[in-house]
Amino acid sequence: MNKVETLEFEVNMLLEAILFRYGYDFRHYARASLERRVLNRVQLSGLDNISEMIPLIMHDPNFFNLFLKDMSITVTEMFRDPFVFKQIRDSVFTQLKTYSRVNIWHAGCATGEEVYSMAIMLKEEGLLKRTQIYATDFNNHSLEIAAKGIYPAAKMKLFTENYLNSGGKNSFADYYQAKYECAKLTESLKEHITFANHNLIKDQVFAQMHLVMCRNVLIYFDQNLQNRVLDLFKQSLIHRGFLILGDKESLDFSIVNDSFDKYQYPERIYRRSTYV
Amino acid sequence: MIHLINISIQSEFIGEVLMYEAIVIGVSAGGLHALSQIVPEFEKDYPLAIIIVQHRLNDHNDFLAEYLNKLSELEVKEPQSLESVLPSHIYVAPAGYHLLIERNKKFSFSVDPPVCYSIPSIDVLFQSAAICYQEKLIGVILTGANSDGSDGLKTIKEYGGLTVVQDPSTAEVDFMPKAAINNTDIDHIIPLKQIGLFLKQLEFNRVKHE
Repeated sequence: MNKVETLEFEVNMLLEAILFRYGYDFRHYARASLERRVLNRVQLSGLDNISEMIPLIMHDPNFFNLFLKDMSITVTEMFRDPFVFKQIRDSVFTQLKTYSRVNIWHAGCATGEEVYSMAIMLKEEGLLKRTQIYATDFNNHSLEIAAKGIYPAAKMKLFTENYLNSGGKNSFADYYQAKYECAKLTESLKEHITFANHNLIKDQVFAQMHLVMCRNVLIYFDQNLQNRVLDLFKQSLIHRGFLILGDKESLDFSIVNDSFDKYQYPERIYRRSTYV
Repeated sequence: MIHLINISIQSEFIGEVLMYEAIVIGVSAGGLHALSQIVPEFEKDYPLAIIIVQHRLNDHNDFLAEYLNKLSELEVKEPQSLESVLPSHIYVAPAGYHLLIERNKKFSFSVDPPVCYSIPSIDVLFQSAAICYQEKLIGVILTGANSDGSDGLKTIKEYGGLTVVQDPSTAEVDFMPKAAINNTDIDHIIPLKQIGLFLKQLEFNRVKHE
């Protein structure tokens, strides 16, 4: 019995069970990370092998919720990669200022750190009042955290550093109130943010966007799924709209490569091309 | 088959078929020096892909790849998502991401939580590479102050790959090589100065048997 084939078979069965029972389709996730997460769950739950997960998935929704949580845990922070946020502030906002209304979509917003980072920058640049931010994720647990806007107080030092490095104009402490171990972001930042469940794998375009931000989400998908999602972004964007990806992601190998210009490449800021 | 059994440990290549396709190297504290001893050994036609995880801060410069590129005849670079792993190339995991290899021999990344406090983590690369290359993989653990890589090296062994560890007495920090040696069956424990030569030797033996 070949170990690798067995692993592949067991993971396939697990993913089929999840799709059948709950309608979530993980079959086009990049396998290496997915397998790692699955094997971690096997270990954490004290199981002997992946196959033992299948009856639990089929008959215990709580176990599935655990799995769903496993699939969503990533490292994220406010103003992660400050140089990217600085570039957005310096060269994307100047373009957005020419519109009377601006729609921004954070696709796969996870626990919301980048959404609030964007809101803070928009506020400082006088853009927030005319902007509607849509922050979506397929995981309701993550969305709940995002909508609360409460993060561990211990992270504020890092967030503050990032904020300053991204060209922040005020004191970051103006944007949160710390109580015990928690820091709650200013309520007014939320006024222009709508949090909603949207599954990139199966849901459709829901509004015309001036900017789509989707960083470090596509890295978890295989080539086919990446293409599907990128096409969705292309459909969502207005003429000359912006698309911002993670700094290790690119459109180079994708089907939408010809539809976008590299606007600021080290930061992976793309713009819908003029001629398509 | 008898013929095969007679071939000594040194003949890692048989005819035109490569016995190994890739080398994964994990290194932490003291890594810059260790890598600068090994990387210059690989000549232009070295037929394996070499993938390196060096622990470092999330500083977003590609200093390490640039530095090693100057020392090597092979092209040294940070890969991007979905890029194919090519022979005769050296790849360095970028800061702030886990680097993985998919079954179709393409790179992928994750921003999963750190493993052994590290992102990129050696275990993450080694375990995905073990599943991808199985017995065609060589795993190398060098100097470091962390146990990252021990589990990964064990997985490489389980999937039939070759395990190599820097002789701890030649390591700037011996914690990582010692942890690896205690955790799994190591095929070769080699002093730093001879690791490059050893890996190159595998290539020379291929020529001999062609």
